[in-house]
Amino acid sequence: MIQISGLRKCFGKLEVLNSLDATIHANKITAIVGHNGSGKTTLIKCILGLDKFDEGRISINDYELDGDWSYRESIGYMPQIARYPENLSARELINMIADIRNDVAEKKDELINYLRINDDMNKPLKTLSGGTRQKVNVILSLMFDPELLILDEPTAGLDPVSSSLFKDRILEEKQKGKTIIITSHIMSEIQEMADTILYLLDGQIFFDGPVDELIKQSGEKNLERAIAKMMS
Amino acid sequence: MPILLKIIKYQQHDLLRSKWVLVYAGVFFVLTDGLFRFGGDSGQVSLSLMNVVLFVIPLVSIIFGTMFFYNSREFMELLLSQPISRSSLYLGLYLGLSLPLSAVYLVGVGIPFIYHVGFAGTQWILLLSGVFLTWIFTGLAFLIGVNNDQRVRGVGISIIFWLFTAILYDGIIIFILFSLKDYPLEKLTIMLSLANPIDLGRILMLLQFDIAALMGYTGALFSKFYGTLLGSALVLLALSLWTVIPVWLGFRTFSRKDF
Repeated sequence: MIQISGLRKCFGKLEVLNSLDATIHANKITAIVGHNGSGKTTLIKCILGLDKFDEGRISINDYELDGDWSYRESIGYMPQIARYPENLSARELINMIADIRNDVAEKKDELINYLRINDDMNKPLKTLSGGTRQKVNVILSLMFDPELLILDEPTAGLDPVSSSLFKDRILEEKQKGKTIIITSHIMSEIQEMADTILYLLDGQIFFDGPVDELIKQSGEKNLERAIAKMMS
Repeated sequence: MPILLKIIKYQQHDLLRSKWVLVYAGVFFVLTDGLFRFGGDSGQVSLSLMNVVLFVIPLVSIIFGTMFFYNSREFMELLLSQPISRSSLYLGLYLGLSLPLSAVYLVGVGIPFIYHVGFAGTQWILLLSGVFLTWIFTGLAFLIGVNNDQRVRGVGISIIFWLFTAILYDGIIIFILFSLKDYPLEKLTIMLSLANPIDLGRILMLLQFDIAALMGYTGALFSKFYGTLLGSALVLLALSLWTVIPVWLGFRTFSRKDF
C-alpha cells in the first residue's frame, strides 16, 4: 500500500502537484488518469524518488521515503520513453542491470520467450524499433519479480498481439498479489484492467474510486464517455 | 561500495570503446617520443610538453567531460529507477571518466620517458600536474553538466570557461598588475593565481625547474615567498581543493535534481 499525503511539487514557478492526498491499495491495479500535463508522470517519479518533492509524505508499506534508495529493490518501473545507453545490446543491458543490482533476474528467459524477442536480443539497442524497445522495457521492469509495478503508458507503441500478451501478463501478476500502478490514455484498456481510478486535475485528486462507480455516477456506457462528461 | 565499482567498470568499458580516447593517448605518445628523437634531454622535453599539457588537457577534459555527461543521461535515468544511491552513481560516473582519461595520459607520456631516460627523468611533476588538471576539469565539466539541462548551453559554458582560464585570465592579471603598479601587489597576485587551476599547474612545473626567467611574475613570486618546497606544497593543496570542491558541489546539485 502506498500512502501519499499533502504532496506538493513545483518545477520553478509551475505548480504541478498541489497538496495531493491519495492511497494506492495493495493487490490492486490502480490507474492514474488525467489530461496531458496533469502531473501523472510527476506523481510516479515522486514515488520512485526520481523527482524530489517539495512538501508532503509518501510511504510505501509503512516505510516513509526519506532519500534512502533501498526501497526501490521491490519496484519495477517502466518509463514512458525508454532511454538506454545506445551502444549496448538488449542482452548486455539486462545483464548489466542484474550485475549492478547484484540480483538474479529469475524471470528473464521466460519473459524473452513470452514476448518473442529472442532474435533481437543481441542487436544494439539503437537499431531496435520503438515497439521492440518497449518490450525490452517490459523485461527490465518485470524480470526481478517486484512487489510493486509502476507502468507509465506501457502499451504505447506495442502492436496488438504484444499489447494483449502484455495485458494478460499484468493481470496474471495481479493474481499473484502484486500492486500495480498504471497510466494510460487508452480508456478501454483501463476499463479492462484497472480496479480503481485516480483522476488527476490541477495537481489534485478529482476522483478516487472503483471504475464501475465512476461509470455509474456519470450514467454513461463506458469509461471514455464518463471521463469526457466529467471534464466538460 | 561494490555498486560504485561496478558503475566505474561499465563506464570505463563504454569509454574505451570510443576511439577518441585512443587518439588522445596516441597524440601524447607520438609527441613525447618525437621530442626525444629531435634530440631533447629530459628537462627540455618536459618543458616543451608543459605548454601542450597546460592547454590540451584542460580543453579535452572539460569538453569531453561535458559531452560524456550529456551522453550518460540515459544511463543515469535508467539506473536511478534501480535501487542505487545517487552518490555512488555520480561518483561512479565521475571516476569512470577521470580515471581512464588520466591513465591514458600517464601511459601516452610516461612510456616514452621510461624507454628514453628511465625513471630518473624530470617527468614526475609533469605527469602529476596533468593528472590533477584532468581530474579538476572533468569535475568542472560534470558541475556544468549537472547545472545545465541543455546540451548546447553546457558545452558553450565549458568552452568559455576553458578560454577564460587558459587564455584570458593571464591577460586580466597583467592588466590588474599594470594599472595598480604603484602598490605592493605580491599577496594579491598569489591569491589570483591560486584561483586558476591552469596557473597552478604551470607554477608547480616551473618551481621544479627553478628557472626564474621562465617562471613569469607569479612563479617568481612563489619561489621568492615560499621557496620551492613550501611553494609546491601550497600549490598541491590548492590543486586538491580544486579537485574536490567542484565534484562535491556537483554532487550536491545532482542529489536534489529531478529526472
